[in-house]
Amino acid sequence: MPPKPKMLQVLDIVSILLLAIATLMVFLYAPMERTMGMVQKVFYFHVSANWIGMLAFFVAAVAGGVYLAKGNRFWDVLEVAAVEIGLAFSLIGIITGSIWARPIWNTWWTWDPRLVTVTVMELIYVAYFMLRQGIEDPDRRARYAAVYAIVGFLSVPLTFLSIRLYRSIHPVVITSSSAQLSPKMFQTFMFSLFTFTVLFVDLLWHRVRLGELTERVERLRMKLSE
Amino acid sequence: MTPASNERTSLWRATRAVVWKDLTAELRSRELLSAMLVFALLVILTFNFALDLDPKTRGSVTSGVLWVTFIFAGTLGLNRSMAVEKDRGCLDGLLLAPMDRSAIYFGKAVANLAFMLIVEAVVLPLYSVLYNVNLFRPGLLLMIALGSVGYVAVGTLLSSMAVQARTRDMLLPILLFPVTLPVLIAAVKGSAGFLSGLPMTDIQPWINLLLVYDVIFIAVAFIVFDYVVEE
Repeated sequence: MPPKPKMLQVLDIVSILLLAIATLMVFLYAPMERTMGMVQKVFYFHVSANWIGMLAFFVAAVAGGVYLAKGNRFWDVLEVAAVEIGLAFSLIGIITGSIWARPIWNTWWTWDPRLVTVTVMELIYVAYFMLRQGIEDPDRRARYAAVYAIVGFLSVPLTFLSIRLYRSIHPVVITSSSAQLSPKMFQTFMFSLFTFTVLFVDLLWHRVRLGELTERVERLRMKLSE
Repeated sequence: MTPASNERTSLWRATRAVVWKDLTAELRSRELLSAMLVFALLVILTFNFALDLDPKTRGSVTSGVLWVTFIFAGTLGLNRSMAVEKDRGCLDGLLLAPMDRSAIYFGKAVANLAFMLIVEAVVLPLYSVLYNVNLFRPGLLLMIALGSVGYVAVGTLLSSMAVQARTRDMLLPILLFPVTLPVLIAAVKGSAGFLSGLPMTDIQPWINLLLVYDVIFIAVAFIVFDYVVEE
């Protein structure tokens, strides 16, 4: 087994440090929101987690496309890694959102476009893993998964659009014209986004390494049984 | 004849041949359509008691009931039409045929669409009679056509993947429903709009959404289908 690359070790430490700083910034640096109070603090990691969810599924769709074009196993491993991380972070996003919504909207859940879209996205990628599990031939599994990662990702904006034609109560904090945040809040927010993105790269790298090891074990096992 | 136009004719002719094969097989066995139709009627019957479709509730839920019926019956048909190819080794035969593989996709999709439209053509008048509502409005028929095209376009692609899986019958709806949610939402809302006589400006966004969905996913399926059937 190849040793853990130096860069990855550095990245591990950097992610941990960044995460610690971001947490401190959320609680100490960013000012308390006037009407919502403490519960508003969840916003920084909530949006960051959802951003990583979207980014991860986008990476998966692109990896799927490259896999279909090139046929290199690496892209399949990358795709699975991204989907797995995306699922976890979207779930974090949903849970943190619920924590915020309970006191602010007076309900854990509403049928708002963003909420429903993220949930449908979760279901799409749960289905993605069911598809992978059902198919034994590794090449076919990779091809089908790539197709589904592409089709699933393309349907997400349309799902969002279709639910948006209903009314929405989700707050739009960042509009194209301006952000309704005080400068310190904005800095904390941007820092959280950055932190989560670094964390994503770190996790992705680990997961890809794990995926490649799994493939190697599978190959060795096949060789043994021959 | 230039090579390009020659190729196009052969794709067109191959597609027609696949459609023809499916329709002829169905005409002889009638197992797919009869199952879809009986199932559709059972769904409507179930809804009648599950939702207590009295005249007042009926107005607001008709389009929803119709679409759930179409989509369930459609899933049944999609599953079966691919399973038949797989089980009897027909798929290998189709793949060996010297033609563009997109023809298999388009042929199966058109045949599946035909089956779904036939079921809808039977369910609509029946529903009209059973519940004493007039469902023959051109707008509603347009929504049904656009919605079915989108549903079948994705459904044919995904069913050709699901059929290769161990859990195939269970897998198709799980793969298909989350991805076709925009179709369902737009079709239900658009149909409801036409049924309750909303002005065209309120319905137009749903029609646009369905058109966009249909175009995007027919194109995507056309591009990726080769990878699905590649051996």
